[in-house]
Amino acid sequence: MAEGDAIPLESVSIGPAAIVHGGAVRHHFDTAEQQFDSSTLGMWVFLVTEIMFFGGMFGSYTVYRNMYPDAFASTSHFMNVTMGGVNTAVLICSSLTMVLAVHSAQIGSKKLLILFLVLTLCLGCVFLGIKYAEYHEKWVDHHIPGPGFRYADSRYFHQAQILFFLYFAMTGMHALHMIVGAGLLTTLIVMASRNRFSAAWYTPVEMIGLYWHFVDIVWIFLFPLLYLIGHTK
Amino acid sequence: MTHSIVPVRVYVAVWSALIALTITTVAVSKLELGEYNFIAAMTIAVIKGSLVVWFFMNVRQSSSMIRLFAGAGFFWMSILIVFVLSDYFSRGWLPGPAWWK
Repeated sequence: MAEGDAIPLESVSIGPAAIVHGGAVRHHFDTAEQQFDSSTLGMWVFLVTEIMFFGGMFGSYTVYRNMYPDAFASTSHFMNVTMGGVNTAVLICSSLTMVLAVHSAQIGSKKLLILFLVLTLCLGCVFLGIKYAEYHEKWVDHHIPGPGFRYADSRYFHQAQILFFLYFAMTGMHALHMIVGAGLLTTLIVMASRNRFSAAWYTPVEMIGLYWHFVDIVWIFLFPLLYLIGHTK
Repeated sequence: MTHSIVPVRVYVAVWSALIALTITTVAVSKLELGEYNFIAAMTIAVIKGSLVVWFFMNVRQSSSMIRLFAGAGFFWMSILIVFVLSDYFSRGWLPGPAWWK
């Protein structure tokens, strides 16, 4: 073989680091870059299904809010804006620590990677803790839809239940995604401590990062819709 | 990897913007703006979401294929909301047949 038409290096040889860290280019990919792009694309396709999934709930929220604007406005007085706002800030901070974890993986620092993953996990748990306190508040106030439901304004007794149902469905699904995310982060922490990642291969960190940011975006929309709108009425 | 490593200061800047926008949205919700409360809250949410997608999810450095998929997701979501709203908003605009009511 002439020197000029040599096969590109990355398609035939895999760096020793890549072998050790499980980042070998699978035979159906030409390059590590292509393999990484395929993972990213796959993750985005999954996230698109998630957008559609939450889209259904945002859609029903839109319809009912349109049908009963006064009832929905009256419920926003019972939403704890402080807790919701603090939780928004907590999630934004956790997104920052998540990108910093990816950044640490890129520069090949295992210590920083683990530190930022643990911080992200802790912030996720703080979010869930505050969420628990909020749910407890709703429980004490009898604001859980069903036989035990009570509402100060009897005109909106039935319509307010729809809003509280949507509140629990949407924040509940969001919280479930946070719990799954916490499990994924724990897996990443274990993998990182076993030296599975390197600057050459850290795909799972990046993919779970995408998931974590997506869950953050859902909350960014839930917060104004459930807590802020109709607050002044 | 194709991506160049994004400097930490970019992430910190985006984070500060997100926190500032969160404070803004809470502050604006305390004002009496009528319909504009909703518009302001949603505009801020869209800006925040876009910042996360563009910088944190690194669509900024992603291939056009990934941008297409990400864009398609949000586009289809907007079809869902816009078509549902156009249905509910336009009900009763046209007189229906007698048996319809």
